[in-house]
Amino acid sequence: MTATMTPPKPPEAAEPSPARRLLSTPTVGPLAALLLACVFFSFNSDQFLTGGNFSLIIQQVMVVGTLAIGQTLIILTAGIDLSNGAIMAFGGILMAKLAAEGTVPPLVAIALGLLVCAGFGAANGLLVTLVPLPPFIVTLGMLNVAFALTHIYSQDQTVTNLPAPLTALGETFAIGDTRVTYGSLLTILLFLLFAYLLGQTAWGKHVYALGNSPEVARLTGIRTGRLTVGVYTTAGFVYGIAALLLVSRTGVGDPQAGQTDNLDSITAVVLGGTSLFGGRGLVIGTLIGALIVGVFRNGLQLMGVASIYQTLITGILVILAVTVDQLSRRRIR
Amino acid sequence: MTDSPSAPVPPAGTAQTPVLQARGLVKRYGHVTALDGADFDLMAGEVLAVIGDNGAGKTSLIKALTGALQPDEGEIMLDGRPVRFRDPLDARRNGIETVYQDLAVAASLDIASNMFLGREARRPGFLGRVFRLLDHRRMREESARHMAELKIGLRSLTQPVESLSGGQRQGVAVARAVAWARHVVVMDEPTAALGVKESGQVLDMIRRVRDRGLPVVLISHNMPHVFEIADRIHVQRLGRRVAQIKPGEHSMAEVVAIMTGALRLDADEQAVVADKEAARAIGLT
Repeated sequence: MTATMTPPKPPEAAEPSPARRLLSTPTVGPLAALLLACVFFSFNSDQFLTGGNFSLIIQQVMVVGTLAIGQTLIILTAGIDLSNGAIMAFGGILMAKLAAEGTVPPLVAIALGLLVCAGFGAANGLLVTLVPLPPFIVTLGMLNVAFALTHIYSQDQTVTNLPAPLTALGETFAIGDTRVTYGSLLTILLFLLFAYLLGQTAWGKHVYALGNSPEVARLTGIRTGRLTVGVYTTAGFVYGIAALLLVSRTGVGDPQAGQTDNLDSITAVVLGGTSLFGGRGLVIGTLIGALIVGVFRNGLQLMGVASIYQTLITGILVILAVTVDQLSRRRIR
Repeated sequence: MTDSPSAPVPPAGTAQTPVLQARGLVKRYGHVTALDGADFDLMAGEVLAVIGDNGAGKTSLIKALTGALQPDEGEIMLDGRPVRFRDPLDARRNGIETVYQDLAVAASLDIASNMFLGREARRPGFLGRVFRLLDHRRMREESARHMAELKIGLRSLTQPVESLSGGQRQGVAVARAVAWARHVVVMDEPTAALGVKESGQVLDMIRRVRDRGLPVVLISHNMPHVFEIADRIHVQRLGRRVAQIKPGEHSMAEVVAIMTGALRLDADEQAVVADKEAARAIGLT
């Protein structure tokens, strides 16, 4: 800078135009992708754009979508959870077995399942906070623990003949001509609840601040250890709800369930525009991410494309989403 | 603590009672003595610069005064009352706000959220009490007021702070500290990462803070900045305060010489040679 030059006006001081601000929202890209996919499949299949088909898509994504809510919370703190599918499987088999064998009343079985899942989450959170260990390693270990416990407890047997309360969320109600399951409704409500908690409460602000920098959060007076354990425990509880959704949808307790759901939940979070580096993203984005996977699978199936191509396309979409995240971060710096 | 940032109470302390004072602070880490009987006095309405070579114990002193470390010995007094801070939050509850170097703001949150981080305002009544709903509008309005008072030129409070320049980001951190501080604002190297123009903006901000009646403790390596803005200079050396200097009465070279131990102040506050070799090394005779 020369002394004669008048200093240029810093461009950051200007109010960004509404259009630019809209484009910089991380959820806009995923939403556009979802809508484009819907338009594409509507033109390529007569069955795609029907209420019944959309109800089916939501049923297909509700379990992974619910897991992805917990995953979003953890990723926002700059963590990761590889154990959520296995925790859900254990919670599901526990609820199913306790209720089917009549050890406890069905509602108590459900409550115990939710509590045990929350306990797994709390264990993850305590290990991440107190030891402290990287979330990747802790949840990788917990994945194996929960997986093994599921098979030991169930003796590899599928649990059938479940009492009514465990399958109640699989029942449907009508919106016009379309049958919608109560489980789908519960999933949507959960997304709205967590959108509210993250966007409208101090707790949500603290989660974002923790993901930006634990040290800044601590010096600001946020009790970061307690917050981290709270986030993992809450996520665990949500996995318990996913377990109930799973059991009600399949009607059985299946020890083989959920084996790739951990990675599928990460896929949904990433496709929804949430940064794996923490502190950036929206839980509604995760819903959109889960729907993108669901719509692609459903649409390609209706077009008669083999399922392995669905997996191929999902993989390409994930890499695209992460690339966009990286590039947008670089522009900020 | 009030649940809202407010104008500071009229300058606490009088000409006789320092706002923040320390006597004989000692902090040892194994064989290393970081603080060796350090004293500290901050008077009402002044900007006090704390300078010292690396390892002189500046950081330990400031950490002890802001609750980030607990001294082994010694006493800290706020408005003449002995106090003991368990952690940084405790010091903040007592009206001491600190702007930490590089660790001031949460990058992806907007300005208003950063201003109120950890002390968010909730909506009045049922919505706030039961649903914990944040009062975004009130937080934005109060943030705008505080930013305007420090003349930090920003047109939008909803931008994430990572989209701001370094100086503006530092401005947000300073505004937050000033908004909540009731007694003291401590700034650790606030201009270290900034360019010339932005440093000037931050120095202007510090003057405005002082003009509002809040005393400021400024830790800095930058001698021209220190001489430009400080009312008094606290020179820290080997874990102690070795001199308190008025910038007008001594030259920058003398102050640097005192900092390195080549000169010392005698009973009449005249700089005299303390270490002939060191003095010769830096060109003093």
